[in-house]
Amino acid sequence: MVFPFFYMITTALKTPQELTAFPPVWIPKNIFNLENFKLALKEAPFLIYFLNSVIVTICCVVITGFTTIVAAFAFSRLKFFGRDLIFSLLLSLMMVPFEMLIITNFQTMVRLKLTNTLIALIIPFTSSIFYTYILRNFFLSIPDSLYYSARIDGASNWKYLWRIMVPIAKPSLFTIMLLNAINCWNSFVWTMLVINNDNFRTLPLGIYKFSSEGGADFELIMAGSTLIVLPMIILFLFARKYIVSGVSRGGLKG
Amino acid sequence: MSRQQFSLNNKIEPILYLSPFFFGLIIWTLYPFINVLLISFKENYNLLTGSYKNLGLGNYIYVLNNLKFLNALRNTGIYVIFTVPISTFLALIFANLLNQKLKGIALFQTAYFLPLVTSATAIGLVWKLMFNTNFGAINQILSYLNISPIHWLDYPKNNIYTLIIFGVWNILPFTIILLLSGLQNINPLYYTVAKLDGASDFKIFRRITIPLLSPTIGLVLIINTISTSKVYSELFPIFSGRPGIADNLYTVVYYIYDLFYVKWDLGKAAAASVILFLILFALTLSQLQIQKKWKHY
Repeated sequence: MVFPFFYMITTALKTPQELTAFPPVWIPKNIFNLENFKLALKEAPFLIYFLNSVIVTICCVVITGFTTIVAAFAFSRLKFFGRDLIFSLLLSLMMVPFEMLIITNFQTMVRLKLTNTLIALIIPFTSSIFYTYILRNFFLSIPDSLYYSARIDGASNWKYLWRIMVPIAKPSLFTIMLLNAINCWNSFVWTMLVINNDNFRTLPLGIYKFSSEGGADFELIMAGSTLIVLPMIILFLFARKYIVSGVSRGGLKG
Repeated sequence: MSRQQFSLNNKIEPILYLSPFFFGLIIWTLYPFINVLLISFKENYNLLTGSYKNLGLGNYIYVLNNLKFLNALRNTGIYVIFTVPISTFLALIFANLLNQKLKGIALFQTAYFLPLVTSATAIGLVWKLMFNTNFGAINQILSYLNISPIHWLDYPKNNIYTLIIFGVWNILPFTIILLLSGLQNINPLYYTVAKLDGASDFKIFRRITIPLLSPTIGLVLIINTISTSKVYSELFPIFSGRPGIADNLYTVVYYIYDLFYVKWDLGKAAAASVILFLILFALTLSQLQIQKKWKHY
């Protein structure tokens, strides 16, 4: 399962001769050969793509994080008419595939004149039923007594949410944000629809166009692919311990 | 704070908390969903002006009689029928191995997460190189076994197998995670008792693991069927944006995008996407039924 990653990185370090050699060369002679990375950066504006990807991902995670936290709080702690009915209707809306929504969303983007902007890559994804569902379930598991004692001590709902609930829900929040960051970073189909200006391409679209337009060499494409894959792997390895503690915490309930 | 103020707050507050969420949801999910249902009945719908000839089932009749769509349906069906059982079977083996308390298992547990965090586009390009007839890794490995190079990409009839192999690899990690969580919910006491009674490993697997895991397996089969029915972005990196090397591998979602983004025929694209939705909806309902049935054994 890991072989494609191994192959990607070793190929990114190979010389063109090593790639096509027979018998095959599995591990390049000079494993510190960074020529391909330098060449790839020269042939396509990967730094711009990278920056676009970072901006889009951070905005997505922050905005979605905010809407998710406040909505999950309302759906778990506040009392209002039809709360649980509305929530179960939302859950059934989760079945609608994004492929179906894309037609109208594209039209909306054209009408708002937002195609070829980074905003177009962010705003359609700012409300997630799925993440709200996960967080709401976690919020529901926090005992009521905590809420009442905080309210008696004079804390408003707003203060209670940000000072007490959010810190407690950190593991769940990290999981949601990591999932969200991965999705944003790797998003391809929607990006391809709304972006056709080179300056606003993100990494996945950039590498795809690089591979299909230029007739570029495989070593360079692999170097570019490594640039896309590596940041998420690093992020994942860092966030891993939070996710694991989130899982073990959830296990306590059972 | 008086009692009256408190109850007033109670009415306004939920709206304030929910508005950012619903703002996005209504514009980007609820409205498009209703709109696409409407568009699917508008014949000769114009993207820019929003005008149309008449309301009717014309778009549905066109799509359901269109050979390309039927072919797309068939290709998607073949893809699902192969990809889902193969990946579930492999995942079952892997999940069982990962569930054993072996040394160095932590490293593997990180390793199978890797495909989950990576871009399908980037890793698809890696697979494109691996499938290369002349110097791709797969044919190089096959050459050690004295198997002559296979034309994975440049022979149209092989394209579906190429896609299936990539697809299996793609959904394997997620499948393993689901099965693994199912395995970890099985009470270890069952295993201890079975071992005391002298049951063989295979028998334990067949008589204890499989029956107790069956709800999870059912869930996995349905979830994967739904996600693989939407096969589309996998085609892009491997076949350079075309559905197969000779445009022979149309899938349902590719067909929708083709109508929408290449031919700008929104009415027909909407009709095709509603058909896809109905198929997925039926699958989801059957999932709920199966889950209910398999809860007790």
